Amino acid sequence: MEKRVIFKGVWLPLLLIAPQMLITAVFFFYPAGQAVWQSLFIPDPFGLSMQYVGLGNFEYLLSDPYYRASFLTTAIFSTLVTLVSMGLALYLAVLADRLIKGSGTYRTLLIWPYAVAPAVAGVLWMFMFNTRVGVITWYLGQLGYDWNHVLNGTEAMGLVVIASAWGRISYNFLFFLAGLQSIPRSVIEAAAIDGAGFWTRFRTIVFPLLSPTTFFLLVVNIVYAFFETFGVIHTITAGGPQQSTTILVYKVYADGFVGQDLGSSAAQSVILLLVVGALTVLQFKYVERKVHY
Amino acid sequence: MVEKRGAGHWLTHAGLILGVLFIFFPIWLAFVASTVSQPEIVHPPMPLLPGDQFLENYAKALVSGINAPVARMLANSAVMAIGIALGKIVISILSAFAIVYFRFPGRKLFFWLIFVTLMLPVEVRIVPTYEVAARFDMLNSYQGLILPLIASATATFLFRQFFMTVPDELAEAARVDGAGPMRFFVDILLPMSRTNMAALFVILFIYGWNQYLWPLLITTDPEMNTIVMGIKQMFPSGDDIADWPVIMATSILAMIPPVIVVISMQKLFIRGLVDSEK
Repeated sequence: MEKRVIFKGVWLPLLLIAPQMLITAVFFFYPAGQAVWQSLFIPDPFGLSMQYVGLGNFEYLLSDPYYRASFLTTAIFSTLVTLVSMGLALYLAVLADRLIKGSGTYRTLLIWPYAVAPAVAGVLWMFMFNTRVGVITWYLGQLGYDWNHVLNGTEAMGLVVIASAWGRISYNFLFFLAGLQSIPRSVIEAAAIDGAGFWTRFRTIVFPLLSPTTFFLLVVNIVYAFFETFGVIHTITAGGPQQSTTILVYKVYADGFVGQDLGSSAAQSVILLLVVGALTVLQFKYVERKVHY
Repeated sequence: MVEKRGAGHWLTHAGLILGVLFIFFPIWLAFVASTVSQPEIVHPPMPLLPGDQFLENYAKALVSGINAPVARMLANSAVMAIGIALGKIVISILSAFAIVYFRFPGRKLFFWLIFVTLMLPVEVRIVPTYEVAARFDMLNSYQGLILPLIASATATFLFRQFFMTVPDELAEAARVDGAGPMRFFVDILLPMSRTNMAALFVILFIYGWNQYLWPLLITTDPEMNTIVMGIKQMFPSGDDIADWPVIMATSILAMIPPVIVVISMQKLFIRGLVDSEK
């Protein structure tokens, strides 16, 4: 869709667009370009000179078992976060949608964890499961279960997944509820009169009509799990134990800032750039398609 | 809907209440921990009802904190969140106006350059962006906290979408009346965009307030820490026992402003969220 040409002038629009272009150039394109450039070099140990290595950093990365493990960790982590947060959100949205009165109250009560920073969510969950003072750790101990996510990689993963999904339920809930409420009641009532039970109606009518929302949320939640959960990981496990919760974004940070391995960190940035690029295209295609619905 | 009464109705409420409890439980524990004394926490299990140290713990957090007063960190977060929200809205509405209402050389190119930045978080280009900020002497500064985070396109796209729905006749009428583009922008387009701007403000404020990695990197001076990243700095290194009551009081304080914004602006917030789908 294009507007008819309304205003004339060349300098005015360039002036209007200049602030955004300037900031984007300085803080987006230049650093992104630097990342691509640095990914082709290895600095010497004193940081005085750079040696061109072509795709060497990438070859090294892809053959590095730690990096491959981090890929797998990210895949497991983001799948679990997406499934848990979307599953619970859909369940709650279906329940709230069944109520005519009161769904507004529940919406208000469920909405606000959106406002809690992932890092703060991390601190809250870390407190509950703290090995020394954690309440849940203590009750689990009473039940005979010895919780220790500091040493146990599986428990560490479980904890960061729950903490990440917890703050995300409200976001998904809002979209699912909006999607459910836009389904015409008459369609569902007609099916009910024809004798279709709740599950049949959900499977054959509601869920298919909800699929654009579900697909959109899938992409957005993957992006969330990939990037915005840094705070959760950093506060709860710092990537440990033995890298069992080192997702890709955490590794870029750990290798670049803690390990000072700039070439590798830059190469990892480039790989992540490609991943986000692909996800953006996917989302945009979806958004375009939705216009025709 | 179809089943309104009977057992199903109460089961629905029960299910929702369970969900609400799951969401509230961690916050409740944090609140309780912020009102009791340190010895009560380090000997598990901690109490599940609030204690009598509320004033002491919050006063200690706000006035002295552990590395820096939490009041100072709250102010830093407020400056950062408001700066990001206003900055993004201003640059985005101007560029969306240029893209929608003018034809100028490079328009398509600029559009695509902005589009590329759509979903890309700062986390991905973290090291080189840090180097740029350091070169501009922006470490430990508000500019450094704000500017790199306003370089993304979501707001531009939202305004572009909205401007597309504004009838052409309005701009034509303005032109016939002899108004220039800026006059049209200020007198007609801006007032029409008020709700969009307010909705975006809510979302961007929370986005800015909740930032973690970027402030962690570029603020080394505790006086410049934001509250969300500052909490983690309150944990001692090594085996020392953390001052849990003060840390939990700080966590509660870190949640209050964005939660108030979300709840009081609920309608706008939901609208902005669903409109921008971000």
